[in-house]
Amino acid sequence: MKATTPTMGMNRTGARTSPILTRELIANTELTPPSGEGGAQGISNVRIMYAQQGEKMGSIPPPASLKQAASTLAKAVAGRNMSVFVDKLGERNAFERQGVRLYDGVISKHAAYGTWTGGPSLAELQHIRDEELQHFELCSEAIVSLGGDPTVVTPSANIHGVASMGLVQVITDPRTTLLHALEMVHIAELADNDCWETLAAIARAMGQDGLAEQFNEALKHEAEHLQMVRSWIAAALSSDAGSAVPPPTAH
Amino acid sequence: MALDIFKERGVPLPKQKFDWQDLVRAPYSKLDDDSFTRVRVILMNGIESEALRFSHACARMNGDLQLVLAQIRRVEQHQQTLINWLNPADQSPLETTLGFEQVAIEVTASVAQHEPDPYLAQVYRYGMLEDFDHLYRYAALYDRVMGKDPNTLLQSYSDIIPGRPTVIEHRAPEDELRVPYDKTTAAPLTKLHALTITAAEHQTHDYYMTIGPMFADPVARQLYAEIASIEEQHVTQYESLSDPSETWMTKWLMHECTEVWNYMGCVAYETNPRIKAIWTRFLDYELGHLHAVMELYKQVEGRDPAEILPSELPEPTVYKSHRAFVKRVLEQEVNLHAKGTGFVDIKDYPADGPSVAYREQMNSQGSPSEIVAAGYVYRPGTELNRKPLDTFLQKGGRA
Repeated sequence: MKATTPTMGMNRTGARTSPILTRELIANTELTPPSGEGGAQGISNVRIMYAQQGEKMGSIPPPASLKQAASTLAKAVAGRNMSVFVDKLGERNAFERQGVRLYDGVISKHAAYGTWTGGPSLAELQHIRDEELQHFELCSEAIVSLGGDPTVVTPSANIHGVASMGLVQVITDPRTTLLHALEMVHIAELADNDCWETLAAIARAMGQDGLAEQFNEALKHEAEHLQMVRSWIAAALSSDAGSAVPPPTAH
Repeated sequence: MALDIFKERGVPLPKQKFDWQDLVRAPYSKLDDDSFTRVRVILMNGIESEALRFSHACARMNGDLQLVLAQIRRVEQHQQTLINWLNPADQSPLETTLGFEQVAIEVTASVAQHEPDPYLAQVYRYGMLEDFDHLYRYAALYDRVMGKDPNTLLQSYSDIIPGRPTVIEHRAPEDELRVPYDKTTAAPLTKLHALTITAAEHQTHDYYMTIGPMFADPVARQLYAEIASIEEQHVTQYESLSDPSETWMTKWLMHECTEVWNYMGCVAYETNPRIKAIWTRFLDYELGHLHAVMELYKQVEGRDPAEILPSELPEPTVYKSHRAFVKRVLEQEVNLHAKGTGFVDIKDYPADGPSVAYREQMNSQGSPSEIVAAGYVYRPGTELNRKPLDTFLQKGGRA
């Protein structure tokens, strides 16, 4: 089925929609000098000035229970900069939890629009959704095991949350298709793959080999997710284009 | 803290100056600042927004006052800007919404407990239970659509449980007007309360009307449409509490006094020193406005402002969790239903009353607030978290 191709219509965004008006627009632009000297650098200067004021988005809370803990884990990380690990663990924790809701949205698209030959089945989407939930739980348990609070929004969690707002907007918009939604989780899965790999590396650097092992398992799942999403998108584009569009292979 | 508003003259109007960098400062931290800092920023944005709203209405009806109104209004425009721009860009519209509802719960709870007029106190308790329910609905939306934990914004000060269900809050205009205070006998605090809560609710309404269409999810769009409609009801209710026979000058004077009183409370409770300095500065600015309007009042009305204003302002809003009070009101008054200007148990509201038909019409194609929160039980870490709740109660952190 071709559930994805946009139809021809009266899109008015291009300048060629109104050649006469556009000619007038260009003529006036050429006749009128800018309001002042300079270029886009001024915007950058203001950004730099504000950045140098030193206000931060937020901090990592002190691991109160970690200080008191006599656990092996706590000892293992002594002397290392735990805040990087806590920050990134919090980031993955939040991202995986949001991933569950992203896939809830993709499942709604599947119900609304159906799939295509080579596209996702409901069971496959549900499977990925459930693995995202398991990864959220894995992160929460890791944070608790280190004496942290899994409900904390760490600065990195916050930043990734802001960045992924656009994904939520596209997936939850009833006018977008299953293919659009898959393109959004494609972005998420690409980031997720790199971030799990990084998290495992940080865990090893912190002497947390057990956690690193578990994170590598999660990475394997995410690699499968990425491969599946890529193949579904390629199948849709191949069908719509009437010619084979192979999935990207880089990672 | 006692403040003698006749003695304290603040900063005179000509010395109240801004520049663009001053207006656009580093915001508070969504992660590190106390929830009540966000509450105060949202409330004071609403207070200044009401100052502008009133000032424009007054100007349209009073040609002789237009210049002074415009001069003071210009400063208040910039006060509102500076305050509203303290909201950080990483705080999404829905996160700010959670803050708006926390304002509506905790500030109204303080007002309801300190209001000397029992009828008005009842009105505040009534409205509070409805905003309390809005918080629960928005929390469910945040949890279920964004995949995030609403308590990270609320910081455990406010409960996330149903109040008077939003689905039954829809009432006909005939049941939304209240009996105003009597301008000659009402305590100053009563007047300050009415203006404060009207301002807060009006800004809430305007905010939802602005951001509602920015959401893509159709349930989110419906929920904002539904709750914005209730906020319009609330503005109708709360604005009807102020005596409509007060003169324009009296209302202007009370607006300025309300601003002074609210900034005084912000100064008293603010925990972020950088933000506290702003509250202190604006308290002085508002004292300047108040004295300018006092002088005008003497000229226009030929009366002494001391006939209306208290020499010392009453104690300010209490910025703390009012959990026990809210819970008690919830247990005792959740079943109330407005009937005309009074309140009855919902089972005593007539089946042919105007609100029944109105509500049935509005809910005839389903209820967004019911859909979004169906079966919703808040858990730390969102409802997706299946861990034992005591996982979150280890040692350390705020009591």
